[in-house]
Amino acid sequence: MNPNSNTWLDVCSVDDLVANSGVCALVEGTQVALFYMPEDKAIYAINNYDPFSLINILSRGLIGDIQGEPMVSSPIYKQHFSLRTGVCFEDETVNVDSYGVRIQAGRVEVDTHTITPKGTA
Amino acid sequence: MSNKQTLIVIGNGMVGQNFLVSLMANDIKDNYTVVTFCEEAIPAYDRVHLSEYFAGKSADDLSLVEDGFFDDNNITIHMGDKASSIDRTNKTVTSEKGLVIAYDKLVLATGSSAFVPPIPGHDREGCIAYRTIEDLDEMMTAAKTSKVGAVVGGGLLGLEAAKALQDLKLETHVVQFGPRLMGAQLDDGGAGLLKQKIEELNVNVLVNKNTIKIVDGDSCKHKMVFADGSELETDMILYSAGIRPRDEIANACGLQIADRGGIVINDNCLTSDNDIYAIGECASWNDQTFGLVAPGYAMARTVVNQLAGGSAAFTGADMSTKLKLNGVDVASIGDPHATTKGSLVYTYQNGVDGIYKRLVVSQDNKKLLGAVLVGDASGYSTLQQYYSGDIDLPEHPDSLILPSRSDESVGLGPDALPESAQICSCFDVTKGDICSSIESGCTTLGALKDDTKAATGCGGCAALLKSVLDCELEKAGVEVNTDLCEHFAYTRQDLYNLIMVEEIKTFGELLEKHGSGKGCEICKQAIGSILASYWNDYVLDNDHVGLQDTNDSFLANTQKDGTYSVVPRMTGGEVTPDGLIAVGSIAKKYGLYTKITGGQRVDLFGARVDQLPPIWQELIDAGFESGHAYGKSLRTVKSCVGSTWCRFGVDDSVGLAVELENRYKGLRAPHKFKFGVSGCTRECAEAQSKDFGIIAVEGGWNLYVCGNGGMKPRHGDLFATNLDKETLIKYIDRVLTFYVQTADRLQRTSVWMENMEGGLDYLKSVIIDDKLGINEQLEAQMQHVVDTYQCEWKTTIADENKLRRFRHFVNSDKHDENIIFVEERGQVRPANIEERALALAGEE
Ligand code: SRM
Ligand SMILES: Cc1cc2nc3c(=O)[nH]c(=O)nc-3n(C[C@H](O)[C@H](O)[C@H](O)COP(=O)(O)OP(=O)(O)OC[C@H]3O[C@@H](n4cnc5c(N)ncnc54)[C@H](O)[C@@H]3O)c2cc1C
Ligand code: SF4
Ligand code: FES
Repeated sequence: MNPNSNTWLDVCSVDDLVANSGVCALVEGTQVALFYMPEDKAIYAINNYDPFSLINILSRGLIGDIQGEPMVSSPIYKQHFSLRTGVCFEDETVNVDSYGVRIQAGRVEVDTHTITPKGTA
Repeated sequence: MSNKQTLIVIGNGMVGQNFLVSLMANDIKDNYTVVTFCEEAIPAYDRVHLSEYFAGKSADDLSLVEDGFFDDNNITIHMGDKASSIDRTNKTVTSEKGLVIAYDKLVLATGSSAFVPPIPGHDREGCIAYRTIEDLDEMMTAAKTSKVGAVVGGGLLGLEAAKALQDLKLETHVVQFGPRLMGAQLDDGGAGLLKQKIEELNVNVLVNKNTIKIVDGDSCKHKMVFADGSELETDMILYSAGIRPRDEIANACGLQIADRGGIVINDNCLTSDNDIYAIGECASWNDQTFGLVAPGYAMARTVVNQLAGGSAAFTGADMSTKLKLNGVDVASIGDPHATTKGSLVYTYQNGVDGIYKRLVVSQDNKKLLGAVLVGDASGYSTLQQYYSGDIDLPEHPDSLILPSRSDESVGLGPDALPESAQICSCFDVTKGDICSSIESGCTTLGALKDDTKAATGCGGCAALLKSVLDCELEKAGVEVNTDLCEHFAYTRQDLYNLIMVEEIKTFGELLEKHGSGKGCEICKQAIGSILASYWNDYVLDNDHVGLQDTNDSFLANTQKDGTYSVVPRMTGGEVTPDGLIAVGSIAKKYGLYTKITGGQRVDLFGARVDQLPPIWQELIDAGFESGHAYGKSLRTVKSCVGSTWCRFGVDDSVGLAVELENRYKGLRAPHKFKFGVSGCTRECAEAQSKDFGIIAVEGGWNLYVCGNGGMKPRHGDLFATNLDKETLIKYIDRVLTFYVQTADRLQRTSVWMENMEGGLDYLKSVIIDDKLGINEQLEAQMQHVVDTYQCEWKTTIADENKLRRFRHFVNSDKHDENIIFVEERGQVRPANIEERALALAGEE
């Protein structure tokens, strides 16, 4: 795909997000967990699938930071994942996909360019 | 033929049993076939805590014998059989039931019996010694037809017996032969104050009374006639006027007996026969017998060591004691009467608070020889260490008993104690033992207790044990970091106080003022819980929703497949047929798996997040409320059917359970908490395993606190007895709020109690005696929570905005295709990984 072409896909309204928490969006068949920290004007997107409990649940984890690095803690077995890179803090060999995401005029957009369609990874 | 020798122990009391346990812990156990004779109908039990039998403890609770102990260790115990004679020439023991058993080594642990003055009428019906469980059963029977009770003897045991009479609701008198209560331990000043305090508790104390006969009474069953001509009418008489060593079989076989009674032993605990030892209260060492359990245990250890070829010796015992008599602190150390030549005395007397303290020091003012504390025994551990460790006193010894009006502590810090200082006298554990246990990894109070046994006897040393632990950990640089997490350098309790004092209402505000970074799941959950406990705002408010763990933020429990369970409240386990039908129809409509929980209600599993609101709408329409199964909050109040239906029920346990559940539902706490209410002592609701257990008894409700099932079961501690409902609820309000304010995060009440300095007594002093003066505040806080209760599901369903989150995708109505059920036993369950893979492949 051409990196210069417009790959930003409108996903939902900012009002659909929950401040300092997460929601899940379906983006081209992929479950994307969106986390919103309005005080930092920050939004993050990672895959919703928890590689430890094997279910789609990360959007429901508590978020915060570990020594400055924004993270989500899995609601099931409490592993932490970086919201920027998707890398697991407890086991660096495990990571979930992370995606480009931005807010434009009150709308949340995900960079589809960063999404690897399911089954072709 | 085995080449084992036979060792017989006569008497399975506290010391006999302690000897067996010590022996079994030693390799030499394999050299012996062990046999013991137990005269009583049950094996060894804790006589020290005997009086608690009246406050609700059972014979089982008091037992000192672990399940299977005799079998597992191949010890033959002859129950209910008394050794009647010893043949030293042929080395055999003959029992009352006719057994004749040969021994190689014999240990006498026959204890003592209560001294009953040989006056006319001493054996009338209802005149009972105070020594065995059997005696107590007899007392309970006699009490049923009695109004007045008298104790003969104003010593330690006599005062305990008086408490027992009060527990039995009798008008209580203590008759003391001498001029003072606790004559052996206290001086005039201390005894005087003690008398005054005991009398304030409605016990009538008579001193200088020599009973000369007991005859028929006029208004009561008996009349005690005293030498001075006065009389006392009473229905029951308890003898607690001292003990007599049981040396009868030793005497009969010609062993040497001391002039004042007791089987003579040497430093090795050997009697005048080289194959016979004597230990415990039956033994006389240096013309002294010991009416306390610790010296007996020391003798038991000595004998085990001797048998193992060691050279341990019994060298006498410290008779210092500290106890609480009817709630009055009393302690005595060393030589309280200042009989040592040249000794000097310091006295502090505080008539306002009812405190008396006396120090006896050596002529040079350097060593502590004795002490008496009445009304406030908090200095006991420190003084006891000065005494037993022979440690030099500070320049002004009176600073040890004068109230410190500054914050400066004059106590002997644990650091200053020598390695040899005995911390626990019940189990002879020294500071050195404790330090090495800490080094080997026992860094919590619980682990330390398990490992060293310290503080598991009378419990008197618990506070000191904890201070040694803290001090050692600190020295080892194991900085006991109590910070909640990297974002808050405070403990949970600190944060609670900050929120309370600065009236902080949101996580953001607290973070800005006292924290750093963005927070994490630890501080968010903990602070979310504190805010909810204190302000009781709606947990899904915009400011709070991000603090809730998944369960709380969806008001349901997440399951392994990402679906949720739904638990409607069924107060006290009570549910109407219509309610059950409604729950059933709803479960059926949404295809939910149903199960009766261990908490007496119905759990519906397998709801997708988007199904939660409609399911709850229907439940609420049918009259149900949130069961808070997702919250760190009140779970269930388990009840038994109680007096309404049960033929044994003493009171309406279901009614109380429903009332309590309605009162405390929704309250957020450091961890979940549970109640149980039983209608009688058969305890079908298993209340003693709950955080709060309530049992109906004839006189009202008995309250147990800090029980736990779960990973580390703990029986609740009996907190108060015979309460009316109003007092019961008041106590629970206070304990619960105090727990919420002071516990660590995710600390159940059981662990909170285990870690509480001063333990149960301290908690009682805060809750019952209002030692900290906070009860009003505790009650007001609870009332605020009760008054602001809301069913979170009702609030949520009424709020369109909140419901938006109950969708799997914010931008699609599709469901999570990963959620797949299969059928089992007629209901659904989550597919396992293989089944899920198969199903997903099939779909494509
Ligand atoms: C459903 C139930 C089992 C059942 O099928 O019967 C259950 C299920 C769970 N228990 Fe339990 N416990 C259930 C009764 C109990 C009991 C029995 C009781 O309450 O009488 C106990 C022992 C009593 C006690 O708590 O002291 C119990 C001791 C635990 C523990 C260990 C707590 C401890 O202090 O050691 C945990 C773990 C924890 O809380 O940290 C736990 C945790 C859990 C969790 C929440 C685990 C989790 O995080 O997913 C389970 C999920 C519940 C759900 O999804 O709805 N559950 N659990 C019972 C619900 C009762 C209710 O109606 O609310
Ligand atoms: C109400 C009460 C409160 C107490 N409080 C305290 C306290 O706070 N602190 C403290 O240190 N101490 C206390 N004591 C004292 C403590 O209980 C005793 O020191 C301890 O029980 C002594 O243990 P023992 O094994 O020597 O005697 P016991 O425990 O009396 O055991 C002796 C056993 O031997 C049995 N026996 C005797 N003769 C024979 C025989 N011929 N054949 C078979 N069996 C026989 C007896 O039936 C008895 O069961 C208290 C005692 C009582 C009664
Ligand atoms: S505890 Fe007592 S009242 Fe309750 S059901 Fe059992 S026997 Fe009946
Ligand atoms: S002194 Fe009794 S338990 Fe330690």
